[in-house]
Amino acid sequence: MTTHYLVLSGLLFAIGAMGVLIRRNAIVVFMCVELMLNACNLAFVTFSRQVGNLEGQIIAFFVMVVAAAEVVVGLAIIVTIFRTRRSASVDDANLLKY
Amino acid sequence: MESQLAEIAQHTGGVIGNAWLMIAFPLVGAFILLVFNRFTNRWGHLLGVAMSLASFVVAVLAFVELLGFGPEERRRAVHLYEFIPGMVDMGLLIDPLSISFALLITGVGSLIHIYSIGYMSHDEHRRRFFSYLNLFVAAMLLLVLADNYVGLFIGWEGVGLASYLLIGFWQFKPSAATAAKKAFVVNRVGDFGLLVGMFVIWTTFGTLTFKGLGEQIAPGTQNGTMLAIGLLLLLGACGKSAQLPLQSWLLDAMEGPTPVSALIHAATMVTAGVYLVVRSGAFFFPEGSGAALAVAIVGAVTLLAGAIIGCAKDDIKKGLAGSTMSQIGYMMLGAGLGPAGYAFAIGHLITHGFFKADMFLGAGSVMHGMNDEVDMRKYGALRKVMPITFVTFFIGYLAIIGFPLLSGYFTKDGIIETAVHHQPILGWLAVLGAGITGFYMSRMIFMTFFGEKRWADDAHPHESPLVMTVPLMILSLGSIFLGGYLILSNRLLDWLTPAVGAPAERPEFHFTSVPGLATLALVAVGAIIAWMKYGRVPVPAVQPRGSFLTTFARRDLYGDALNESLFMRPGQWLTRLAVFFDNRGIDGVVNGLAAGIGGSSGRLRRIQTGFARTYALSILIGAALLTGALLFVGNI
Repeated sequence: MTTHYLVLSGLLFAIGAMGVLIRRNAIVVFMCVELMLNACNLAFVTFSRQVGNLEGQIIAFFVMVVAAAEVVVGLAIIVTIFRTRRSASVDDANLLKY
Repeated sequence: MESQLAEIAQHTGGVIGNAWLMIAFPLVGAFILLVFNRFTNRWGHLLGVAMSLASFVVAVLAFVELLGFGPEERRRAVHLYEFIPGMVDMGLLIDPLSISFALLITGVGSLIHIYSIGYMSHDEHRRRFFSYLNLFVAAMLLLVLADNYVGLFIGWEGVGLASYLLIGFWQFKPSAATAAKKAFVVNRVGDFGLLVGMFVIWTTFGTLTFKGLGEQIAPGTQNGTMLAIGLLLLLGACGKSAQLPLQSWLLDAMEGPTPVSALIHAATMVTAGVYLVVRSGAFFFPEGSGAALAVAIVGAVTLLAGAIIGCAKDDIKKGLAGSTMSQIGYMMLGAGLGPAGYAFAIGHLITHGFFKADMFLGAGSVMHGMNDEVDMRKYGALRKVMPITFVTFFIGYLAIIGFPLLSGYFTKDGIIETAVHHQPILGWLAVLGAGITGFYMSRMIFMTFFGEKRWADDAHPHESPLVMTVPLMILSLGSIFLGGYLILSNRLLDWLTPAVGAPAERPEFHFTSVPGLATLALVAVGAIIAWMKYGRVPVPAVQPRGSFLTTFARRDLYGDALNESLFMRPGQWLTRLAVFFDNRGIDGVVNGLAAGIGGSSGRLRRIQTGFARTYALSILIGAALLTGALLFVGNI
């Protein structure tokens, strides 16, 4: 059983990572990040169940809290960038460089 | 065999207990004149003279008090304060040797101070001049009065500083500034010898006081360490006393005002080396040791070199400077002969102090009347217009050539006879030197005071004021009588014995000894040759070309050329090499490193593209690598 959950978790993580690397739309990239976080949560919970204690579950809660906070800040930034540049592409916001 | 020196007794109270006043007076004078500077312009010179005289009075009182003790109790140590805890206590040693020097320094020094009032009356910096003179006297007194080598060294350096300031007093003249630097640098070489000598003394004996050394060193001890110390101290003495090979600064030092030359040559500075040798004599220059022989050889060679240089100089002050070198050479020769020679060396030092100050101040008086002309070829026939200067200078002249019954006769003859007795070769060299002295001093007299006028058109020679001639008279009195008083019936010898040790046999002064008569004959020959060349025939107003030997002497025996090619040029090459290495080597490495880092970081920063997804990829790769690495490590 555990293997199935872990494979699912790995698949979700890979999809998320691919999305982050490939997609240009900031909102999609953002959702992919959320996907990666949730893949991790799944792995935590799986291991928690296999090992038989609650620590993995607790960490999953923490990750959710952080993710929620991150959504608030990240969306605010994306909305602001969109307002000033009329674009939500992550490649357009490349002024901070060498 | 050496005899034991008298014990050094601790002393408090009385004039001797307050002998530090001797140093303090001129030091305070210098301090006041330097600190309150322009406010003291009007009376500064008087303060300087007063401080020097006050010091002289203290010296005389201390001398009288010292006479009150028996000969074996005449070495009094006065503790002043703890200087370097556990190492050196500063104190003064008042004994016959140091008080003799103190009397000479303050006595002749005061006369030179008084003379300078007149000589420097037209100089706008007269006040500064007197402050330096006071500093000079104070430093020299510390040098001779200190009861340890550290105090001696401080005075030694003070003398070097004061001579630097005074030789370069007219520092607006580039030649004076250069001469001052040269004197300082050459003296540093000697100071180095003294300093290293002190290090060796400290590591060997753990004390630097004369008392401590006297307790630790058995009379006549000779070994490698002692020889090394002796030679190092001799190097120091050579620097201060302008002995070969460190003689080159003395002739250039004539750039200073004439009273400075008198002070350097007569009362202070050049006598320091003789003092050092005589003071350390019982420890490091025992009779018959290699170090003592080295001292005597240096003295004999220098006395000849100085005399030869003196023969060819047309500058009256440089001629006198050559004669100083020569006379100090006599003193060193005497000091290298052990206790038998000490009394004569010190005696010659004292009488030389008088007649050389007399002649230098006389030369200053001549220059004062001749618009500061120093070329003797522009003098001539001055005896009529400057009678007092002429008579006093002539007395000094008779004294230095050793005319019978004058001061120089007794002391120089004493050195020569002792030298012939102990070191025959060096002794006969000294006889020869005396003959050359007869020549060059006569030449000076004939060129300056006799013959026809060769004055510059605007020269109006006149006799100097009394403030300048009275010191001359006093000094010439000393030049007449002092030598006989000190040497006949061995007065100076007996007086100095507690401080320097007694000779194996008491010398007796013979008026008709072989070396003495030979000396007189040679001096007469020298004087006659001088008369034939410069008295009988007119002196050309322009320097003739001269033979190879004359050029040799005019160029100071190529001493400067030798120093230049042996030390200065290689030194310059070394600095150039160092600069090259610094520019190309060290700077190259540093600059190259900086340029390398700058260049590579310029390329490295291109990684920062600004694309968020590139960063994301690099984070992913990094995470993957880390994970892989952890797995790999975990599998082992």
